Amino acid sequence: MPLFADATDPWLTLLQFTVIGLTKGSLFALIALGYTMVYGIVELINFAHGDLFMLGSFVAFTILGLFGVQSAGDPYADAGFVLLCFAAAIPFCAALNVAVDRVVYRPLRNAPKLAPLVSAIGVSFIFMNVGLFWGGSQDVNFPNLVSDDNLFGETAKIRFTAKDLMVIGVTVPLMVALTVFVKFTSLGTAMRATAQNPTAAKLMGINTETVIATTFAIGGALAGAASVTYGLYINTISYQIGFQNGLYAFTAAVLGGIGNIPGAVLGALIIGLVVSLGSVYVGERWTSALVFAILIVILVFRPSGLLGSRTREKV
Amino acid sequence: MKPYRLGWEPAIFAMLLAYPLLPVFESSFFALTKRSLGDQMPTVFIFAILALGLNVVVGYTGLLHLGIAAFFAVGAYVAGILTVGAYPFGAPFVVALVAGTLVAALLGLLLGAPTLRLRGDYLALVTLGFGEVVRFGLKNLDAVTAGAKGLSPLPPPTGPEVGIDWIGDYRPFYYLTLLLLIGVSVMLSNLERSRLGRAWIALREDELAANCMGLNPSKLKLAAFALGAGLAGMAGVLYATRLTSTAAPDAYDFNKSVFILCCVILGGLGSRPGVLLGVFLLVGFDNILSPILDTAIQQTFPSNESRIYRTFTGWRLSIFGLALILMMRFRPEGLIPSSRVKHELHPDEAVAMTVHPVTLHGNRREPEGQS
Repeated sequence: MPLFADATDPWLTLLQFTVIGLTKGSLFALIALGYTMVYGIVELINFAHGDLFMLGSFVAFTILGLFGVQSAGDPYADAGFVLLCFAAAIPFCAALNVAVDRVVYRPLRNAPKLAPLVSAIGVSFIFMNVGLFWGGSQDVNFPNLVSDDNLFGETAKIRFTAKDLMVIGVTVPLMVALTVFVKFTSLGTAMRATAQNPTAAKLMGINTETVIATTFAIGGALAGAASVTYGLYINTISYQIGFQNGLYAFTAAVLGGIGNIPGAVLGALIIGLVVSLGSVYVGERWTSALVFAILIVILVFRPSGLLGSRTREKV
Repeated sequence: MKPYRLGWEPAIFAMLLAYPLLPVFESSFFALTKRSLGDQMPTVFIFAILALGLNVVVGYTGLLHLGIAAFFAVGAYVAGILTVGAYPFGAPFVVALVAGTLVAALLGLLLGAPTLRLRGDYLALVTLGFGEVVRFGLKNLDAVTAGAKGLSPLPPPTGPEVGIDWIGDYRPFYYLTLLLLIGVSVMLSNLERSRLGRAWIALREDELAANCMGLNPSKLKLAAFALGAGLAGMAGVLYATRLTSTAAPDAYDFNKSVFILCCVILGGLGSRPGVLLGVFLLVGFDNILSPILDTAIQQTFPSNESRIYRTFTGWRLSIFGLALILMMRFRPEGLIPSSRVKHELHPDEAVAMTVHPVTLHGNRREPEGQS
């Protein structure tokens, strides 16, 4: 099972699985950001977000199918296909998220909070059904376009593959871009204002509905990027991946303090580490239970998440 | 305070009690659909007890609970451990019923105690997480729970010497579960009008105000958690005994919790007759309507191609999802709303009560700067 060269050195094992954990964590972070931003603006736990991510991966899968891409071939052509997947899945998820907000959540803006939440569960069911019709009830193999070769050479003691690099290469720039957007653009400022106090933001002349639509678009776009990355990284997708990954991402968002952008990233990295290190030191089958147990323990001591109470800023 | 009215429930229960006595209903239903309604009803009653338990937490107290299936599972497994032949206990059914209820209630306290400080959405996630922890726990502790297979066979509630046919005849389970459901329902109807029930509702409406009036939110929430969990555990014991197996741990996943939540919301939060109707509709949809339509579609459009969208069952999630969305949009108070919730959701139509807009689960957006 050990993919890395030296399994005997415990420190190397720790380092190796920390690397894997951080890679997985940054993937969770992309999904978690969608949860946390939407929550920050409209206080809605968007249960459909994980399933939006799942549909994004099916868009990418279908596009690769249209071009008959089965496995890695010419590297330049593959790079083109990968870019095409991103170019399709990101707008698809963004547009779908905005459309759902417009049709389902917007009429419920002034309703009790339970109403949009239950509607989100409903949307999640419908998305899952679409995924079921789209991909069938079994796992589907996503073409393995990114190489598994160790970038440090096959004899190196630590394994860091092109796939890991791709995940980092997609997630980190997106997170940086998001931070810059929220902190330094006028729309980002409007977003923070709306999150802090929607009424006051409206009085200041901010079109809060535009801000909300933008938030859903950004959340959806991040989910779209995450979905293609996930497909290329894990290589198996099914209509159920939305639930499991969405749950982890949502847990990450809450762990960090829901509504808080750095919190979501921190939470996701912790979840990634717990999943990865837990699979070595506790056992693969206990990792899910471990994630939630840690979540409960952390929330007992910090009821509004790790970064939740310190920063009141919510976007 | 509103005077006590008998309402729908006695009539519904009387009809349900009479149903097996008049075999003409059962036989005509069977002739119509090739399915036994009597066979399905115990499932409805069991899920109704479970949903009434969830209703205590979500409907009365206004705490969003997404892990009720965990307590259902605990009840089922306690019954399994106490009665299955592989274990030395061989306890009678009544002992299992009481033990399952108590253990689940205790576990509810255990979950409730540390999570009381949490605000609504955090609490929802912790209950969800707790549900998953219990499910994985049951799955992985093979030595105690027989892992993914589940414990079986559970013996019927009475031994052979009593001479009740629990397997061939649907009526014993029908009456056992119905009587327990009636008992639970009567208890809850009294509870609703007691100090405790009114305190829960006060807590739902405005926790701060309730606290200022001298109510202790922590104790009240714990009581709601324990009662809800206990009822879920009781339902679990009945479920496992009826199935003669605890079923696999995956039968008690998040989907089960959401399914029960859907029943409660469809019928009407905080409304007992509504919850009963919601359970009847959704369980009926899954266990009676879907198979009938599946067969009908198969017969009308015979096809060798087994595509999932050609079956009615394949559309289940979409139908559920659409139902939830439309309900929330057009009738958020549920099919048979409790009068109080209805007033809250349609304050402009309210005549006698003056209410201010409140959220259904007590986590109104707090002004910035407070926490």
